[in-house]
Amino acid sequence: MTTTIIKTTTRLLAPLILVFGLYIILHGHLTPGGGFQGGAVVASGLALLIVAHEHKKVKELFERAPLSQLESIGALGFLGTGLLGLAGYTFFKNVIANSGFLFGGKTPIGINPGYLNTGGTLAYMNIFVGMKVLAGLTSIILIFFLILKEGEK
Amino acid sequence: MIEHLPALVIAIPLFGAFITPLFRKRYNLAALWAILISGLTLVLVLLLEYQVLTKGMMIYVFGADKPTLVLPSGYRVPIRIMFQVDGIGAFMAISAGLMSFVGAVYSYSHLQKETGLEKYYTLLLLLTAGILGMVLTGDLFNLFVFLEIASIAGSALVGFRNYRGEASEAGIKYLIVSSVASLMVLFAVGILYGQYGHLNLAYLSKQITFNPLDMIALGLLFTSFAMKCGSVPMHYWVPDAYTEVPSGINPPLLVSTYASLYALFRVSFTLFGKITIDMATVGWIMSILGVLTMFIGVTMALVQKDVKRLMSYHAISQTGYMLLGVGVGLTVFHDKQALIEFGRTAMAGGVFHIINHIIYKSLLLLTAGALFYVTGTRNLNEMGGLARKMPITTISFMVGAAAISGIPPFNGFASKFLIYEAVYKLNPLLAIFAMVTSILTLASFVKVFASAFLGPPLEKYEKVREVPKPMIVAMVILAALCVLFGLFPDFVLDKIVYPAVDALINFIQYQSWGGLA
Repeated sequence: MTTTIIKTTTRLLAPLILVFGLYIILHGHLTPGGGFQGGAVVASGLALLIVAHEHKKVKELFERAPLSQLESIGALGFLGTGLLGLAGYTFFKNVIANSGFLFGGKTPIGINPGYLNTGGTLAYMNIFVGMKVLAGLTSIILIFFLILKEGEK
Repeated sequence: MIEHLPALVIAIPLFGAFITPLFRKRYNLAALWAILISGLTLVLVLLLEYQVLTKGMMIYVFGADKPTLVLPSGYRVPIRIMFQVDGIGAFMAISAGLMSFVGAVYSYSHLQKETGLEKYYTLLLLLTAGILGMVLTGDLFNLFVFLEIASIAGSALVGFRNYRGEASEAGIKYLIVSSVASLMVLFAVGILYGQYGHLNLAYLSKQITFNPLDMIALGLLFTSFAMKCGSVPMHYWVPDAYTEVPSGINPPLLVSTYASLYALFRVSFTLFGKITIDMATVGWIMSILGVLTMFIGVTMALVQKDVKRLMSYHAISQTGYMLLGVGVGLTVFHDKQALIEFGRTAMAGGVFHIINHIIYKSLLLLTAGALFYVTGTRNLNEMGGLARKMPITTISFMVGAAAISGIPPFNGFASKFLIYEAVYKLNPLLAIFAMVTSILTLASFVKVFASAFLGPPLEKYEKVREVPKPMIVAMVILAALCVLFGLFPDFVLDKIVYPAVDALINFIQYQSWGGLA
């Protein structure tokens, strides 16, 4: 059941929620939150979009969304980042930190506002975890939604 | 690369698990992939065992500069998650690797009529990763995490045939029991962390004082792991779960049950190892629970008509032997004389029984799965005369039944004999109960054999043939292991069982991370 109120609110809120979720994922190594929390926020934005729209439209939109693949890629990416450490160190060793690679900037010592380009593998892991969580939670909501709607018919 | 083995043993099944969904509807490829990955895991755990036997305990500190850097520069306490692989951990890892391989091979043809198999194999590999993590880790919180992974993967697999109401019920039951158990574990971990500020098992075991809060933590850990390993009076989930799960998952699910048993031993022997007086009481509790478990399990099994349900009650009953053997060891743990005289032997019996039971009970459950595959029923009253049609399944069943009843020269005899002998020296009554249980076990398996395999051939099973090759291969591997372990028990005892027992007894070695600090 969707009404105009829900649709209008969703149109306004959903983009904000999605962007906020992505912000939490990306700033996971600097501010509270991280991959899991950000992924859950993104998934809640997508949940809002799902429940606010007609059954047919949702099915059309999400039928070809590669959620299962995205989930696998998230997990594989996380493992892959961990495996990077095997090159000379141990599993999960933060090899990207201070290396000059993306997210590998030098972390200044002392009080600072937090620089995005630091954190090494942490940032990558947050991104992959976020990907996995948003795909997983969205597919759970989607399954519930589609089953419930089919039951109503 | 060899020093990275403990990490790879976890990373490879996880990697395999997350690749599997990408095969989508190509179920045969997914099955072959799962067989490949579990075979690779088996090779890795065998290598791991070899390393542990030749070089001693293996430490792997995640995220450190070197795998063996337990205490980072400037710290006097461990701050990173570490894997600490000793004899018993490697012993359990072998069981897990072997059984997930056998399970994957068996599932290849057992499940051909089902759908959603890519998820099935993902869960199978995740279950393997969870078990391996549980038995290798040296960190209390990490133990909880892997316990959860194994529980969730296990309960999804128990409910895999979701078109059957009973399967969904069993899956939910397993999920609830597991989450209650793991929440209690988390609570106990919280109590210990709040007091000592550490989660490292070895470090915690050095600090522990056994004040009332620690006693609560021990009680919670003991109860929840006993619940997860299916000891009486928390055994009610075992028959449902083992009966409803697809037979190919029975072997890894059995190992996941005994991974909780391992955690129980680890907590009693290592975490609370230095508490001298009260652990004897805990040992007595464990032994008596063991006797109750074996006796109640076998009496419940005698009346069953469903072949898998009957075998599941036997699984409960056999868990009692392990609890009894190791419980006797725990009772005399701080009495050096008695420990050398019979405690170590009793523990060897208990630990040896773990791998023996995993092998023969998996074999029996796989033959039950084969019966279900050809007849479509699990009710013993509706079967009959299958011996002529399915010779290999029949022989496998006979080997398994003889092994579980403790008839020489099969592997069940070797470990049961050790238990009888050693337990008799502590208290003859316990040993008598163990022997009576064994006789009752034989009685109920004679019943299964007679009603399923013997008798005149039934008309409705006229067209029944032997099961497909992959299922036969899985059964024959296990039957061969039953015979080999029974014929050469000394080899197995010396190579893998006694190192495992000594790893439990020698907790000082564990506390110092194998001499690293």
